[in-house]
Amino acid sequence: MQVRLKTPIKEEDIRKLNIGDIVYLDGIVYTGRDEVHIHALEKAEHGEKPPVDFNRSVLYHCGPIMKKQGESWTMVAAGPTTSSRMNSLEPKFIDKFHPAAIIGKGGMSQPTIDAMAKHGAVYLAITGGAAVLAAKGVTKVHGVHWFELGMPEAIWVLETENFGPMIVGIDSHGKSLFANVDAVVKTNIDKAKKKLNIA
Amino acid sequence: MISEKLIKDATVELLRKTVTRMPADVVNELKKAMKNETEEVPRMQLKAILDNLELAEKTNTPLCQDTGVTIFYVNMPQCLKVDVEKAIVEGVRAATKEVPLRPNAVHPLTRKNPGDNVGRKMPYVNFKIWDKEYLEITVMTKGAGSENMSQLAMLTPSQGVKGVKEFILNVVLKAGSNPCPPTILGVGIGGSSDIAMKLSKEALLRPIDKPNEDPEIATMEKDLKEALNMLGIGVMGLGGKTTVLGVNIEYAFCHTASLPVAVNVQCWAARRGTVQIYPDEKLKFPVHEG
Repeated sequence: MQVRLKTPIKEEDIRKLNIGDIVYLDGIVYTGRDEVHIHALEKAEHGEKPPVDFNRSVLYHCGPIMKKQGESWTMVAAGPTTSSRMNSLEPKFIDKFHPAAIIGKGGMSQPTIDAMAKHGAVYLAITGGAAVLAAKGVTKVHGVHWFELGMPEAIWVLETENFGPMIVGIDSHGKSLFANVDAVVKTNIDKAKKKLNIA
Repeated sequence: MISEKLIKDATVELLRKTVTRMPADVVNELKKAMKNETEEVPRMQLKAILDNLELAEKTNTPLCQDTGVTIFYVNMPQCLKVDVEKAIVEGVRAATKEVPLRPNAVHPLTRKNPGDNVGRKMPYVNFKIWDKEYLEITVMTKGAGSENMSQLAMLTPSQGVKGVKEFILNVVLKAGSNPCPPTILGVGIGGSSDIAMKLSKEALLRPIDKPNEDPEIATMEKDLKEALNMLGIGVMGLGGKTTVLGVNIEYAFCHTASLPVAVNVQCWAARRGTVQIYPDEKLKFPVHEG
């Protein structure tokens, strides 16, 4: 199935998605990686809110290259970063802020899969390293928060149009494309060992 | 005359070429992978990769947002009396603004980002002196996603070749979908802990269509590539026939009591570049001029 969704995304639309589906996005997307997760959760502990509303929003694991022209920013390159670095923080982040989708690469571990099933969220995999192609789907940069964390770690507020293609890597029903591949890989290890004469 | 200004400008141009254009040997291997894949998901990923390369080159834009930390390998003519390191540092500072590069270099503990890719011991410059008249500067702009998957093992000699192969296989299995596969593996065998790590990264400076000169090592490279591609991790860890694009091994003699092995994992976006700076101020970019 191929769908085009507009942010913020309702839970019922997310629940319709299954692993392997192709998704394109329109609307606001927020970037956030290691430091955004750490800071947003720290702030929440002290009863403070992050500067943007993540509820039913889309969070992009991405540290872009941005260029400032006059007072406004333009996006140069914006591929995904390795999502597994956020494995220990994402379940808490989803519990607290209820994003509808997380974009990244490489997939995430079981606690995140569980949190996504609980809160009706999906993981959208976009091709790592294909940064110019990804930036093509960003039509405007609305602004930046927490710039003091550094360009890659800040929250960039992006307007997207036909952003994709992305593939549903983790759906809201507890299924993961990456876990399926892992299971296949396990059955192939012996073959590889045989080839290397180390069986 | 090779001046600091010339070296600085050449460094900017070197970085621009390196982050916007992929070496031909890597592109060829990616195209081969596309021909070889039959499943829809890996083909979709490879198409994005190849389309992105074309777009980056056409628009002179960094093909991946992770332009790495700047690690240089310099071959110095004996009688060159200019501060090459200072010129390279200034080149990195300028390139960060002009290309632009992503400001990646931060303090390791405070995580403070100065914003210009320059800090204590960064850019990191490896020097060698040689007997040629020109100055040669090589750079690898390597993303952290793959660098983070690199590993060192201090094996015992009794673990031997089998232990070496097992370790390499385990590095690839543990890395899984994380390092932006299909990867290139740089392997350093022997030396000492630090030399093995250094060799594993230097192995990545060799084109992947150029096997090791030692036929036995070349066979090991080929066997490892074939075996690792049987695993099915695939492009971006989404399955398929292409898990590695190549395996490059370098070795050094080591202590009779040790067997160090290092694996440096390189993502598919294996960007490397070289500039040769001649006394008549001519510049050559051998990786990018074919």
